[in-house]
Amino acid sequence: MQTMPKRYYAFFTVPTTIAFIISFFIPFLLGIYFSFTEFTTVTNSRWVGVSNYIRAFAEDRDFINATIFTAKFAVVSVVLINLFAFLFALLLTQKIRGTNVFRTIFFMPNLIGGIVLGYIWQLIINGILYRFGVDLTYSADYGFWGLVVLMNWQMVGYMMIIYIAGIQSIPIELYEAAKIDGANAWQILKSITVPLVMPAVTICTFLTVTNSFKLFDQNLALTAGAPAKKTAMLALDIFNTFYGRNGYEGVGQAKAVVFFLFVGLIVLMQLYISRRREFEA
Amino acid sequence: MNIKSKLQDNGIFVFLFILAVLYIFPILVILMNSFKGRFFISDTPFALPDAQTFVALKNYVSGVAKTGFFPAFGYSLFITVFSVAAIVLFTSMMAWCITRVKSKISSLLYYLLVFSMIVPFQMVMFTMSKMANILRLDNPIGIIVIYLGFGAGLSVFIFSGFIKTVPREIEEAATIDGCNPIQTFFLIVFPMLQPVFITVAILNTMWIWNDYLLPYLVIGSNYRTIPIAVQYLQGGYGSKDMGAMMAMLVLAIIPIVIFYLTCQKYIIKGVAAGAVKG
Repeated sequence: MQTMPKRYYAFFTVPTTIAFIISFFIPFLLGIYFSFTEFTTVTNSRWVGVSNYIRAFAEDRDFINATIFTAKFAVVSVVLINLFAFLFALLLTQKIRGTNVFRTIFFMPNLIGGIVLGYIWQLIINGILYRFGVDLTYSADYGFWGLVVLMNWQMVGYMMIIYIAGIQSIPIELYEAAKIDGANAWQILKSITVPLVMPAVTICTFLTVTNSFKLFDQNLALTAGAPAKKTAMLALDIFNTFYGRNGYEGVGQAKAVVFFLFVGLIVLMQLYISRRREFEA
Repeated sequence: MNIKSKLQDNGIFVFLFILAVLYIFPILVILMNSFKGRFFISDTPFALPDAQTFVALKNYVSGVAKTGFFPAFGYSLFITVFSVAAIVLFTSMMAWCITRVKSKISSLLYYLLVFSMIVPFQMVMFTMSKMANILRLDNPIGIIVIYLGFGAGLSVFIFSGFIKTVPREIEEAATIDGCNPIQTFFLIVFPMLQPVFITVAILNTMWIWNDYLLPYLVIGSNYRTIPIAVQYLQGGYGSKDMGAMMAMLVLAIIPIVIFYLTCQKYIIKGVAAGAVKG
């Protein structure tokens, strides 16, 4: 069916398109426009050029700090999550008892929402820190590593599922041939398993990077930026700029546009790298 | 199997077993503390309840009363079920149509939807919630439209990926037999999409059920979903009721655990399939 009468085409596409235009497309364009204006509601905006962008960076260091904190967090959690997920997947693809039960348990935290996860870990981490007479609001380092632990607990199971699918798709003949050739476990891992799960690595890196960058609920519930906004990531800083301070809506919107450009850049880089890798392969 | 590899397998088993216990431990701590008095939680979260600290279901009663848990559960359930149903129905229609009919409009729609997947929510949150307010979508029914719009990107992307692999001869045969496009879609294509339905439905359910910021901004002042109810206990600057918080965390996790244990097979498959296409 290469063509379709217009009324049928409309029947199939109009419901989703209208919802998409209302909830995403118009707000997106308005968002870009408003980042160049001063406003408190959508009806009283005044054009101010790029001053919101300058204020976002120059007025205080909140946004820059949030960017650095987010970038550090993303790097650390991407590396750790993928290492653990791959290790779990390797262990769960050995022929041992109870792999299904273990898989079920490791995946479960992924279904719990960010707000609930944040408060669960707040209790646990504060409970441990209490023995040393401090709590999560004492130092930004505690908040940082708290978020890393939380994200690992949540995401490792998800990535593990993807790695398991990757490992299971490797033809068994390759392993048999390697064993006949006298390869040891380390050589098999290095020369067969790792190269052949690279597509899964690409997917998992992509998912963990974007999830780490966009993290909000967990951040809000675990530390809410404490102490003194030092653990506020980009999404939380933007939220606070919008709703925490009067007259800063334009600045918040400008920060949001910059945030969007960051995420867009990361996605483009990822696509470029994975395309090139596929091209070489 | 020789003795050495048997020993090794047992070693792995024990290691995984310890890991699994560590994984469940945080949830057990929350469960245990939900039965302790509110002043015995923060300082000694790892102590078992004893005669002095045990309060039975008192935290549950106060938590449910303070947050309006049962209405919150109802709103969460209503919004999740109907949003997911709308997303599955309307985005599969759209995906089929724009995949089969090659035109400039089709590819424009497709690329716009894919583009929306990479835009962070903060970019549109303010303008979108104002828009929802102006259009009177700020209620549990209106928010379904918002979720359809936001879920469209990923869902159309996954459906399109699958539809491309379905041979079109069956649909052409149906057309020759006199089916119009609506009949072709609902009688022929719709039943074939079943495996992807599960993936799309599960990914969207996990997202919408746990979503906090979108419902908070759009309907939060009048209707609380479960994540909003939990966050509400945090309150402003006053001291929060840790007992009620523990009970609410347990109540928030129970529906997820039930859902997970009943649909576990589909969830894990759906996630793996969704990730490979995403």
